[in-house]
Amino acid sequence: MIALLLRDLKLSLRAGGGFGLGLAFFLIVTTLVPFSVGPQSALLATIAPGVLWLGALLACLLSLDRLLALDWEDGSLDLLATAPLPLEGVVSIKALAHWITTGLPLVLAAPVLGVLLNLPAPGYGWLVVSLILGTPALSVIGTFGAALTVGLKRGGLLLSLLVLPLYVPTLIFGAEVARRGAAGMETATPLLMLSGISAAVIALLPFASATVLRINLR
Amino acid sequence: MSLSQKMNALWAYANPKKFLATTERVLPFFWASAAVAIVVGLAWGFFFTPDDYRQGSTVKIIYLHVPSAMLAINAWLMMLVTSLVWLVRRHHVSALAARAAAPIGATMTVIALLTGAIWGQPMWGTWWAWDPRLTSFLILFLFYLGYIALWEAIEDPETAADLTSVLCIVGSVFAVLSRYAVNFWNQGLHQGASLSLDKEEHVADVFYYPLLVSIAGFILLFIALVLYRTGTEIRARRIRALMARERVAA
Repeated sequence: MIALLLRDLKLSLRAGGGFGLGLAFFLIVTTLVPFSVGPQSALLATIAPGVLWLGALLACLLSLDRLLALDWEDGSLDLLATAPLPLEGVVSIKALAHWITTGLPLVLAAPVLGVLLNLPAPGYGWLVVSLILGTPALSVIGTFGAALTVGLKRGGLLLSLLVLPLYVPTLIFGAEVARRGAAGMETATPLLMLSGISAAVIALLPFASATVLRINLR
Repeated sequence: MSLSQKMNALWAYANPKKFLATTERVLPFFWASAAVAIVVGLAWGFFFTPDDYRQGSTVKIIYLHVPSAMLAINAWLMMLVTSLVWLVRRHHVSALAARAAAPIGATMTVIALLTGAIWGQPMWGTWWAWDPRLTSFLILFLFYLGYIALWEAIEDPETAADLTSVLCIVGSVFAVLSRYAVNFWNQGLHQGASLSLDKEEHVADVFYYPLLVSIAGFILLFIALVLYRTGTEIRARRIRALMARERVAA
């Protein structure tokens, strides 16, 4: 399992494009927001938590179609399926690798981009906490979507259509934590809900992902 | 008949031939009764009920809004059940019924959203509000779109049936999650349930009976459409098989 994780990490680091692309996309989306809504700092401060969450979510989505497609094309997915490691473990590791290469950099970059959007001072901690808890769920749900569409030639657009509705609960609670944190309000309820969703998704969804991957590999 | 015998009688329709023969016989009755119930329900509702003392005649859109909203949810529920039946018992008719129901459910969702907007404009002063019920219906519509798109995208029918079934099950869980998440996210503008079996909360009797007739009509129409479309899917698959056989023979 660890060998597979290291392999995936090395591939995404060395193959170029994949690693920095999500971050660059996050930066661009955040930069474009003031152009579209205007530079008033009060307005930016109110929408900053939501915009940062949406940007992180879209950046996550961007790299999903590479998650399994490359392994599918060169046949290493077939090898992994016949390996002693259960397929549920494989998709969990894939999701973990995706989170380390995409989710974690986004979490680290979010406070910097928060400065650009004039995020209120109490919001930084809550933003990072909510992203740390929420982005793993985004990676795991995304892996399910990638497993569903892996056999399709032009699966990218369909993948977005399938995955985005599944992101709704995570986005609602994650952005709510960040928003309430920035406004200095109580955050316990949405934080617990967000953690609950992440925990349940991480525990259960790999089984569904492995099932659809088996169907696709048939 | 005992329960197991009844179940056996139901499973007989997993045979496409039996399914087609029976649906062809019962379909005219479903079409006719659906037409009668909808015409009676809507005519009764539109012309023979009084205007509401506060809402005026706009209240009458309820005869379209409530039935379509009910079916939008129940169509998904039906798809969930048929998807499970497909995954467990591998009856092709079941998978095709789920496929046949999806566009109907999506259409019902659109009708519910549109009639709701038309109703909301004079009543709430806005076409759209990010109310939990409205929002979750919009999300439900997105789920329908994804489900239909996945069916269309996959060529191998068996793979398509398997993948869409899993998507339907996972989607159901997330749809329920979204419903409660949305509830938490914004307070509602929408009124409570129009109908309920156990409470005295439902609408006044003058509106209630035509509404029931109208709902019955929509349900009959839904059944007729699903049976009809499932038959079409079965025949389309047969044609494809015949064409493949001819190509092999030639």
